[in-house]
Amino acid sequence: MLLLEHIGKYALLIRRAFAKPEKHKVYYRQLIMEIQSLGINSIGIVAIISFFMGAVITIQTAYNTDSPLFPDYLIGLAARDSILLEFSSTIVALILAGKVGSSIASEIGTMKVTEQIDALEIMGVNSAGYLILPKIIAFVVIAPVLSMISMIIGIFGGWIAGELSGVVTTEDYIYGIQYAFIPFYIFYALIKSVIFAFIITTVSSYHGYYTEGGALEVGRSSTLAVVHSSVVILLFNLILTQILLS
Amino acid sequence: MIEVRNVNKSFNGEAILKDVSITFEQGKTNLIIGKSGSGKTVLLKSIVGLLEPDSGDIFYHGHHFTGMDQNEKKKIRQKFGMLFQGSALFDSLNVEENVRFKLDMFTKMGKSEKTDRVDFCLKRVNLNNTNKLFPSELSGGMKKRVAIARAIVLNPRYLFCDEPNSGLDPQTAIVIDNLIKEITEEFDMTTIVNTHDLNSVMEIGDKVVYIHEGEKWWEGSNMNILRSNNKELNEFIFATKLMEQLRSTENPKSS
Repeated sequence: MLLLEHIGKYALLIRRAFAKPEKHKVYYRQLIMEIQSLGINSIGIVAIISFFMGAVITIQTAYNTDSPLFPDYLIGLAARDSILLEFSSTIVALILAGKVGSSIASEIGTMKVTEQIDALEIMGVNSAGYLILPKIIAFVVIAPVLSMISMIIGIFGGWIAGELSGVVTTEDYIYGIQYAFIPFYIFYALIKSVIFAFIITTVSSYHGYYTEGGALEVGRSSTLAVVHSSVVILLFNLILTQILLS
Repeated sequence: MIEVRNVNKSFNGEAILKDVSITFEQGKTNLIIGKSGSGKTVLLKSIVGLLEPDSGDIFYHGHHFTGMDQNEKKKIRQKFGMLFQGSALFDSLNVEENVRFKLDMFTKMGKSEKTDRVDFCLKRVNLNNTNKLFPSELSGGMKKRVAIARAIVLNPRYLFCDEPNSGLDPQTAIVIDNLIKEITEEFDMTTIVNTHDLNSVMEIGDKVVYIHEGEKWWEGSNMNILRSNNKELNEFIFATKLMEQLRSTENPKSS
């Protein structure tokens, strides 16, 4: 019953967020700021994690497939498919749920408990639209870019690690990442990143928007935003994988 | 003019407002006073539409506010200015952007016109050289002034103040009180101030309404409040020695 109530409140909030903006110019300015805040500022963490995860995937694959029957170029193939299919979309989304989700929930939650959202409403501004819509659009636009960056840096990290550790040669790795390549996997990863971006921004905004109380509750909302976003991402990962790859 | 008619509001079965009817007059500073938990904030939030009354009606210059849909309410709210207890300035915007926010959102003014209007409003509240400062860099009194400047930037017809003096020293509180009274008269607004500060009552209370346990217990001017025979009101007003001494000075027989 409580879950249904949450889903209902969430749906109503998202409906309000998509209401016609009071002034497009102001929303556009907000959108640019959100692209900077949610997207550009996340490139660093995505790049670092992708590089090291690509490296680890390559080395682990190499040590677990150490057999004369298993050609070395398959290390590149395994690294590529792991990064494309799961890491750059789902795992990066889970990491961003922590970074971006908590930031959104605490920002909106603080605005709620300090009456800044009431101030917007009193002015005649649709607070849900003004605060949430630019975040949704910004992150939905920037998430596929982050996903692409993650793919490139992850595969690059795998190559560097493979070369430095000597588990795979550059020729084998390059051949492996090109072998039996299915371009749809990139499309699949990008679709997932867009949907996960929508989940992160809306679930986190919902938790922030309905924060009641003070600093303690803002922290609690932030934690709930990360936990619930992550659970919903995992659920949708399963559904999307079944739909897109079946 | 704002009319509140037979407004009731309860939370979890507990009645917070009980059949409250009040008329707030234009061009005057109307004060709602009462103890903490008496229902003042719920009344103010019901008047501005942040809370929906369970029953009763609210009228703005004859327009039935409680019967309006969200879009109509949004339009009438553009004529509101509100000063919140904690100022509620937008943390991510500097002083100038905070004051300019409503101009950006609701007008087609040019950049220089907006800048002039912002400067006028900031000057009106005696704030100079603060345009580029962020709320975190301002004192409590300065934040209240910026909030007042933001409230008056679009020439509102209605001004609402929730505990405007909370957290301020007595001198700054008087400055803010006087500012509220001056701009009320200057812009001919209907102003409602929610307070339990008796200095405010004596300084600016053109009309004072005392709320006790969710009911309107007394209304009158600040001149009459010291001579009231209402027991609960007297307990509230004369709770401090200073006010008791004031009563003795005003009316020696009562001491």
